[in-house]
Amino acid sequence: MKTHTLRRRLRSLRGPRRRWPAAAAALTLVAVALTWTATADDPTPVHREDRFLTGADGVRLDTSYYTSPGGGRRPAVILAHGFGGTKDSEREQARRLARAGYAVLTYSARGFGASGGRIGLNAADGEVADVGRLLDWLAGRPEVRTDRAGDPVVGMAGGSYGGAVSLLAAARDRRIDAIVPSVTYWDLHQVLFPQGVFKKLWSGILFGQGLTDPRDPECGRFTAEVCSAFQRSAVTGRADARTRELLRGLSPAASARRISVPALVVQGQTDSLFPLDQGDAIAQAVARNGAPVAVDWISGGHDGGEDESGRIHARTVGWFDTHLKKAGGDGAGPVFRVSRSGGTDTGTGTAMLEGATAARYTGLDGTARRTMALREPEQTLVNPAGGTPPSVTGLPGLGSLSTLAGAVGMGPGWESRSANAAFTSAPLDAPLQVTGAPTVELTVRANRDAVLFAKLYDVGPDGRQTLPRELVAPVTAVDGETTRISLPAVDHRFEAGHRLRIVVSSTDLGFASPADPATYRIRAGHLTVPTAAALSVTESAGVPWWTWALPAGAVVAAVLVLTVRRPVRPVASAPDAAPSDVPLRITGLTKRYAGSGDRYAVRDLSFTVERGQVLGLLGPNGAGKTTTLRMLMGLIRQDSGSIRIFGQEVRSGSPVLSRLGSFVEGPGFLPHLTGRQNIDLYWRATGRPESDAHSEPALRIAGLGTALDRPVRTYSQGMRQRLALAQAMLGMPDLLVLDEPTNGLDPAQIREMRDVLTRYAATGRSVIVSSHLLAEVEQCCTHLVVMDRGALVAAGPVAEITGDDGLLLVGTADPEDEGLARKVAALPGVASATPVEEGLLVRVGSITVPELVVELVRMDVAVERIGPHRRLEDAFLTLIGGER
Amino acid sequence: MTPGTQTAAEGGAPVAATGYRPRRALPLRVEAIRQFRRRRTLVTFGIVIALPLVLLTAFTIGGSPTDDDGGAPALVSIATASGPNFAAFVLFVSTSFLLPVTVALYCGDTVASEAGWSSLRYLLAAPVPRARLLWSKLVVALAYSALTVLLLAAVALVAGTAAYGWGEVRLPGGGSMPASQVLGRMAVVAGYVYGSLLVVGAVGFWLSTVTDAPLGAVGGAVGLWIVSTILDAVTALGRARDFLPTHWQYAWLDTLQPRITWAAMAQGLALSTACAVLFLAFAFRGFRAKDVVS
Repeated sequence: MKTHTLRRRLRSLRGPRRRWPAAAAALTLVAVALTWTATADDPTPVHREDRFLTGADGVRLDTSYYTSPGGGRRPAVILAHGFGGTKDSEREQARRLARAGYAVLTYSARGFGASGGRIGLNAADGEVADVGRLLDWLAGRPEVRTDRAGDPVVGMAGGSYGGAVSLLAAARDRRIDAIVPSVTYWDLHQVLFPQGVFKKLWSGILFGQGLTDPRDPECGRFTAEVCSAFQRSAVTGRADARTRELLRGLSPAASARRISVPALVVQGQTDSLFPLDQGDAIAQAVARNGAPVAVDWISGGHDGGEDESGRIHARTVGWFDTHLKKAGGDGAGPVFRVSRSGGTDTGTGTAMLEGATAARYTGLDGTARRTMALREPEQTLVNPAGGTPPSVTGLPGLGSLSTLAGAVGMGPGWESRSANAAFTSAPLDAPLQVTGAPTVELTVRANRDAVLFAKLYDVGPDGRQTLPRELVAPVTAVDGETTRISLPAVDHRFEAGHRLRIVVSSTDLGFASPADPATYRIRAGHLTVPTAAALSVTESAGVPWWTWALPAGAVVAAVLVLTVRRPVRPVASAPDAAPSDVPLRITGLTKRYAGSGDRYAVRDLSFTVERGQVLGLLGPNGAGKTTTLRMLMGLIRQDSGSIRIFGQEVRSGSPVLSRLGSFVEGPGFLPHLTGRQNIDLYWRATGRPESDAHSEPALRIAGLGTALDRPVRTYSQGMRQRLALAQAMLGMPDLLVLDEPTNGLDPAQIREMRDVLTRYAATGRSVIVSSHLLAEVEQCCTHLVVMDRGALVAAGPVAEITGDDGLLLVGTADPEDEGLARKVAALPGVASATPVEEGLLVRVGSITVPELVVELVRMDVAVERIGPHRRLEDAFLTLIGGER
Repeated sequence: MTPGTQTAAEGGAPVAATGYRPRRALPLRVEAIRQFRRRRTLVTFGIVIALPLVLLTAFTIGGSPTDDDGGAPALVSIATASGPNFAAFVLFVSTSFLLPVTVALYCGDTVASEAGWSSLRYLLAAPVPRARLLWSKLVVALAYSALTVLLLAAVALVAGTAAYGWGEVRLPGGGSMPASQVLGRMAVVAGYVYGSLLVVGAVGFWLSTVTDAPLGAVGGAVGLWIVSTILDAVTALGRARDFLPTHWQYAWLDTLQPRITWAAMAQGLALSTACAVLFLAFAFRGFRAKDVVS
C-alpha cells in the first residue's frame, strides 16, 4: 500500500510526462561531479595534539602531532618549516601524511612562532640538536614503530630552511631513516656569497624575516653571532673570515660524508636564492655515501612560479612509503624528474606543467655537450660609479619583473647599454633542449679584479630576447686570465631559428658590486651547453581523465536518451482495420491536453469519409475540430483511438500523409520569401518529383497575379489564405483538409471556393471542410459531422441531418392556425401539416408543390412564401444546444 | 485507384503518394535556400565581412597599437605585424561574443522560427519525418555557423595580408612562427573556435525545439554563455570552472606558441562536444514526441 502511494507521489512529482531517462542522465552527471569532489576531499579524520616539547638547552618548542585513528604502530615523519614560517605552514602536508598512515610531528623552529630560543641558522647545538629531542619524544610514543628501543622509524621532510635542518639532522642523528629536503641549500656561504659576491637583496629579505621581536629591532630573534655577521656583510658587501667560517660551519656541506639515508632532493628551477646547483651538490654527496637518491626539479622555487605542492606532497608520501614502510612498487618515483612548461592554461592564464623523467640523474653537466662559437669580438664594458643604475634580472620572490618593471619602464632583463656586453651564437638549425649549467670561456682585461654578472638569453628570430628563469651568475675575474665560468643551471628549450646570447653586465640589482668606476674589456670564447637526451616527457601536461571520459559518457547518455522509451500506453487500434480505399476512418479518437484536467479536447470520436465526399466538420469554437485535424496531420498524438488514412494508421510523419493536403489554423509561410518561392520550396521539401506538383492550377485558384513574386510579408490576410489553399492543393492530394477556409475571403471568392471544392470532389478525391459557420458548410458539403465539446453529435449526409426534402415551410399571414393545419393535412397527397411560428410545416407525399399551392389558394390561405424547410440551423442548435 | 499513389510492397495497399521517400524529405539544399534568404543570415555575413575592415580602418586612422611597455606583447599590440597576426587578433576579439551569438542565432532560431511562422506544421504534415526535419535543420545551421567562422577568418586573413603583408607571425609570448606554418595553424584555430561553440549551438537548438519563440531560444543560449563567462571570472570556484563551457574559449591561443600544446584545447573540445551531444539528444528526444500546436 505504502509503495503504491509513494509511486503515485513520485509520478506526480515527475509530472504528466515522464522524463526519467533525462533525469537519469542528469543524475549520472551529478554523481560524477560528486565523486570528483569526494576524491578531492578525503574524509579520513586526522587527530591533532598540540603541546610544547623541550628542545636542546631547555628551549620550549611548539609542536603539533597528527595521527589518524587505528593502524597500530607506524613510522613517524617530522616536518620542518621554511624561514619565516611556523609549524602551521606544514599543516596540509601533515594531514596528508597522517592519512597515509604516518605519525606526523610538526614544530616551530626555535626563534619562530610560539617556540622559544633564538635563530641560529640551523646551528648544530641549537636547531639540529632540537631535532634529536623530538626524535627522543617520538621514540616514546606507543603508536610509533621503532627499529630498536629509543630509535623510531622516522623520516624528515622540509622546505628551504627546514630542508637544510633535515640534512643536518640526518648527518648528526643516525635515527633518521629517510629525508625529503626541498628547495634548500648545501653550502650557505656559496648561496649568500656566490663567487664571493654578496647576494645582498635576498640576504636582506631573509634577515628581515627574523626581525620579529620588537624588543630588539636591530637583531630581532637572531643569535648575536648571526646578527653581527649579517650586519658586517651588509655594510662591506663582502664576507670576512669569521662570517665565512660561520656560514661554512652551518652548511650541510660541512657534514657531507655523514648523510647516508635515502634522499628525495627537490630543487626549484625558478630559484635565485638556492639554485639548482645546491640540489645537485646534495644529490652527489648522498649518492657518494651510497644511499638512494632521487632528484626532482620543480618549476617554481623561491622566486615564485607554479605551485606543485600537491604533486610534491604525494611524491613525499611515496618516498616514505618506499623507504620507511618498505612498500614495493614504484612509489619512490623516477630517479630524475624535471617539470617543463606544457603551455598555458588559457582559462586561468597559469602555466601547465609536464614531467620529463629519466632513470638516472644526469647532473648539471648533462649526458652530452654541444659547443658553439659566439660571434661578437671583444667588447668594452663600464662599471658605473656607485654600481648604479644596476641591471635588473629577477627580483627575489617575484620571479618575473613583467609587472613591476613594466610599470617603471623597464623590461625583464633590463640593462644599461654601456654596462653590458653581448655575445651571440648563430641561429639554431634544430630545437635544442638544454638541461644543466652551460659554461662559457671569458677573458677579462681590467685594471683590477672584476665583478661581472653573466646571463644566457634565448633570442627569437625577431630579436626579442628572454632570460630563462631570470637567473644570473656572478663572476669574479682576474685581469688577463681566461676562465670557464658556469652559468645558472636551467632546463630550457631553444627553438629552431633562435640564438643563444651571453650577456655580461657589470652590475645587478640583486648583488653588491664594486662602487669604483672601471672599464673592462671582455672577450668570449666558446659556449658549451649540456643536454640530457635521457630525459623524455612521460607525464604530459594535465589532460585530466574526464577529457576522454566526458565525451564517451555523453555519447552513452545520448544513446540512452534516444533509445529508452518512456512506457507508452498502447493506443487501442480499431479492431476493424479500414480498407485501403477508405480515405479516412476515425475510430474512438480521444485526446486530452496535458494540464487541462478532466476536460477532453476530443472524446471517443468516430466517423468515416468516403471517396468523392465533401465532408463538413461543424461545431462551435472549442468543439475539438482543430484538435481532430491536428491529430489527422500527425502533429499531436491521440491518447487512444485510431485514425486511418487509406487504411494506414496515422502517426507523426506517416508516409501516407503525403496523400493528404492540409490547411489548418491559418497559413504558414516564410515571410522573407515570395509566394512562388514558398510554394516551390514547400514542394521541394516534400522530396517528391517536381512534375507531380501541379502548382499552376493550384496557383490559378489562389489568383494572386503578380503579387506571387512579392515577399509574403507584404501580403494581406486574404492573400496568405489563398496562397495557403494553393499550397494545400499541391500535388492534388487524395484527401484535402481545410480548416475554416473562407476566413478572409470576400463573397465572390467564397463562391468560387465552393465551386472548386465541388469540382475537386467530383474527381473522386475527398475533401474535409471544418467550420463553425453553418452557412459555409451546408452549401457545398455532401456529408456532415457535427461536434460539440469534443464529442460527436451527429454524422451523415447533409439531407439526413438537415431533414429531407419533403418538408415545406408555408409562410402564412395567420400563423399557428390549428384548423387550417387540419384542413391542409386532410388534402390528398399531404402526409402531415403542423402549425409553426412562421406558418405551416407541410410534409408532402405524392402532391407536387404547384398542386399544393393551387390547393392552398383554393382554401383562401394567404400564402406569403413557400419553400423547402432548411432545418440545419435548427438541427445544429438543437444538437449542440442541450446543456448550454 | 487515384493516379499518383504508390503501392506498398506487401498487401498491394497504396501507402504514400508517388515519389514520396521519407529520406528525401526536406533536402539539405532546400533547407539551405530557405535559410539563406533570411535577413539575419545576410546581416550576419555582412557583419562578419565588415568587422575586419572596420578594425583595419581603425588601425589605419588611429595608428598601429604598440607594445612599448616592454612586456610580452599582447595580441592587440602585434595585430598589425602581419596578415596572419591581424587574423588572429580579429578571431580573438570575436571569440567572446560575436561568434557565440552568431552560432546561437543559427541554431536557436531554426526550429522555433518555423513554429513562429506556423510553417512547421505544414512541413511535418508534408510529411517531413521529425528526426529528418531536425537533422536537416541541424546540419544546415551548423554549416552556416562553420561558414561564418571560416568567412571571418578568411576575410581577416585576406584583408590583413593586403594591408600588412604576408609573413612571419609574431607570437604574443615573444618570438615568431614561420609563414609556412601559418595556414595550418589558422585552420587549427578556426576548427577549435568552431568546436568550442558547438555547445552554444546545441543548447540553442535544444531550446529551439522546446519553445516557439526564436528570441527565447537564441537568448537562452547566449544567456548561458554570458552566465558561464561570469562564473568563469569567479576564481573562488577553482577547478569547478573547468566545467564551464567558456572556460576554454581562448584555448586556441595555445596554437600561437612555438610548440602547440593540445591539453587545453582537448579539454575544451571534450567539454563542448560532450554537452553538445547531450543537448542534441534531448532535442531529438523531446521533439520526437512533442505535440506541435503552434
